[in-house]
Amino acid sequence: MTYLPNVLFAVVLIAAIGYFAKNVGRLRRNINLGKDVDVSDNRKERWQNMVRIALGQSKMVVRPVAGLLHIIVYVGFIIINIEVLEIIIDGLLGTHRVFAPLGAAYDFLIGSFEILAFLVIVSVVAFWIRRNVIKLRRFLKPEMKGWPKKDGNLILYIELVLMLLFLTMNAADYQLQQLGAEHYTKAGAFPVSQFMAQLMEGMSISSLVILERAAWWLHIVGILFFLNYLYFSKHLHILLAFPNTFYGRVTPKGKFKNLEAVTAEVKLMLDPNADPFAAPAEDAAEPDKFGASDVRDLNWVQLLNAYTCTECGRCTDECPANQTGKKLSPRKIMMDTRDRLEEVGKNMDQDKGEFKDDGKQLLDDYITREELWACTTCNACVEACPVSIDPLSIIMDMRQYLVMEQSAAPTELNNMMSNIENNGAPWPYNQMDRLNWVNE
Amino acid sequence: MSELKVKTMEAFMAEGKQPEILFWVGSAGSFDDRAKKISRAFVKLLNKANVDFAVLGTEESCTGDVAKRAGNEFLFQMQAMMNIEVLNGYEIKRIVTCDPHSFNTIKNEYPELGGNYEILHHTQYLKELMDAGRLQIEGETFKGKRITFHDPCYLGRANSVFEAPRQALEKTNATLVEMKRHKRTALCCGAGGAQMFKEPEKGDMDINVMRTQDALETNPDIIATGCPYCNTMMTDGIKAHEKEDKVTVLDVAELLANS
Ligand code: SF4
Ligand code: SF4
Repeated sequence: MTYLPNVLFAVVLIAAIGYFAKNVGRLRRNINLGKDVDVSDNRKERWQNMVRIALGQSKMVVRPVAGLLHIIVYVGFIIINIEVLEIIIDGLLGTHRVFAPLGAAYDFLIGSFEILAFLVIVSVVAFWIRRNVIKLRRFLKPEMKGWPKKDGNLILYIELVLMLLFLTMNAADYQLQQLGAEHYTKAGAFPVSQFMAQLMEGMSISSLVILERAAWWLHIVGILFFLNYLYFSKHLHILLAFPNTFYGRVTPKGKFKNLEAVTAEVKLMLDPNADPFAAPAEDAAEPDKFGASDVRDLNWVQLLNAYTCTECGRCTDECPANQTGKKLSPRKIMMDTRDRLEEVGKNMDQDKGEFKDDGKQLLDDYITREELWACTTCNACVEACPVSIDPLSIIMDMRQYLVMEQSAAPTELNNMMSNIENNGAPWPYNQMDRLNWVNE
Repeated sequence: MSELKVKTMEAFMAEGKQPEILFWVGSAGSFDDRAKKISRAFVKLLNKANVDFAVLGTEESCTGDVAKRAGNEFLFQMQAMMNIEVLNGYEIKRIVTCDPHSFNTIKNEYPELGGNYEILHHTQYLKELMDAGRLQIEGETFKGKRITFHDPCYLGRANSVFEAPRQALEKTNATLVEMKRHKRTALCCGAGGAQMFKEPEKGDMDINVMRTQDALETNPDIIATGCPYCNTMMTDGIKAHEKEDKVTVLDVAELLANS
């Protein structure tokens, strides 16, 4: 009988980790639906980017208030996880505060966890106020209606509850230590929860034990729940920010990729000696389509981008098209890509990994042409993103599909392009007049 | 206006000579009425500094940049490869241009297609000439005037060139004032991504009007630009704000040429 809690704990832990692993598998599969792209270059710079941008949060502090609050929650989250390690060992072995023999170091650790937990609570409340009371413009955009808004708040509630449970657990423990209860050896420093303990004055040892155990269990179950919540939430960024900043852009933002398949074709056209009937070389195989109309036409880094997006809206906030009331929102581009990718993934799950045509695609069913044509390619969104996401590359791939597969550019752009074709300038001037400006 | 000395690459070739640098004029600089003035101002400075430069003249063609940003990769690569053939044929090593879009595409997108050149934005090259003492600027005309510089997206954010245009402007002895959003966070003028050639999508304001508002908040006498398209956009923005008699929009080259 005495082993019941340990067994129960092991079962809960294994179930939680198992379910998480299953979703990670799904995540990998979905990201790999994207086309291959070579990211083996600039290893050193990539590591540096990851350390600086993801670990060092260098882009977050561009906005100092949100940046500071975010760093507190982030540091708190990482450090308090050391405590989770102790909780897991205790849960499995039936020990209590197994790290207590560390003595003064232990006191220091628990003391800092408590202070961090308190700061996290303050920050989470501030974040909640920013989202719900101050009503910052970027949290009110149309794409934030419904689940995204709920998701944002839910994360804050979960974090708040977890921190409160952690402090309650410590408070009850502290009170039990004061009363000299069996098992509750004197260990740890409780700079925050000792004040909460005052509220527990006069409670009996048995009810304190129940309170302490309840808080302990709810806390660890809550953490395991949160872990599994990630896959369904924008909060996935706490994991994916690392690979995403690693695989992010290492070239100047103005450099757009050149389509290799097109290069081969153009070379053939410009080469007077080329045999027009020669079989195309193997490596120049014509792709089944130019540009992207659905998620599987994008590359896997773009799909990783979509899962990493934390919906903060910094990109949209800086977007000139969005600021002037156009429908385009780079955040929505990322959210749509993720939603569509999830839809494709679920479709495949239903049929043993085979995708059954559902008559839908990313273009038109999620992202409209009006949005795509409003982009000035200014790169403000790319610059603003704190986790190195590139919404512009998706916009460009989709424009490419519209123009090269569907000839569906706006009329004025078609005129501009035929001018270039006919006379080498976007306007209808004669190429022979190119030097007239000198004598005007 | 005094005569400009402009020689084509063909003429250099005929003499069996190589120029110091090739001036890539670009389609706007060749055909757009406003941008032609910028080309002329830049050449005036090149002449003043006795730079032995060439242009391609009728052998130059659109870089294809705008076709690429519009989604037409095929047309872009056609243009790029034709230009590269001409440039490589003349063994061009160094290029300067007044257009950040040409600058960007030649710098970043031409190399993979076989075009490897050192390319400079005209503000970088002018700075180089002034530093080397080849180009002297008196700095009288604009002394004490307030100038604010609008960063072109394809020069600034896209290629991290922020200082050269500002350092070049310092030589005018004007007072440089920065807009609230500048350098990395500068707002686009609204022309990029082929927007220059189409009507904007439905919205509640035009981007150039918003950007001009940013500039007007600095209370400037002059808005300085480094891109022919930005120049048009900001000029139109000034008109929309009905400030044409108070504020002028001039390219860095024009400011230096008249200093
Ligand atoms: S690149 Fe396009 S989507 Fe991104 S900020 Fe600029 S206009 Fe908006
Ligand atoms: S793309 Fe980046 S900046 Fe935009 S909402 Fe997502 S995480 Fe935020």
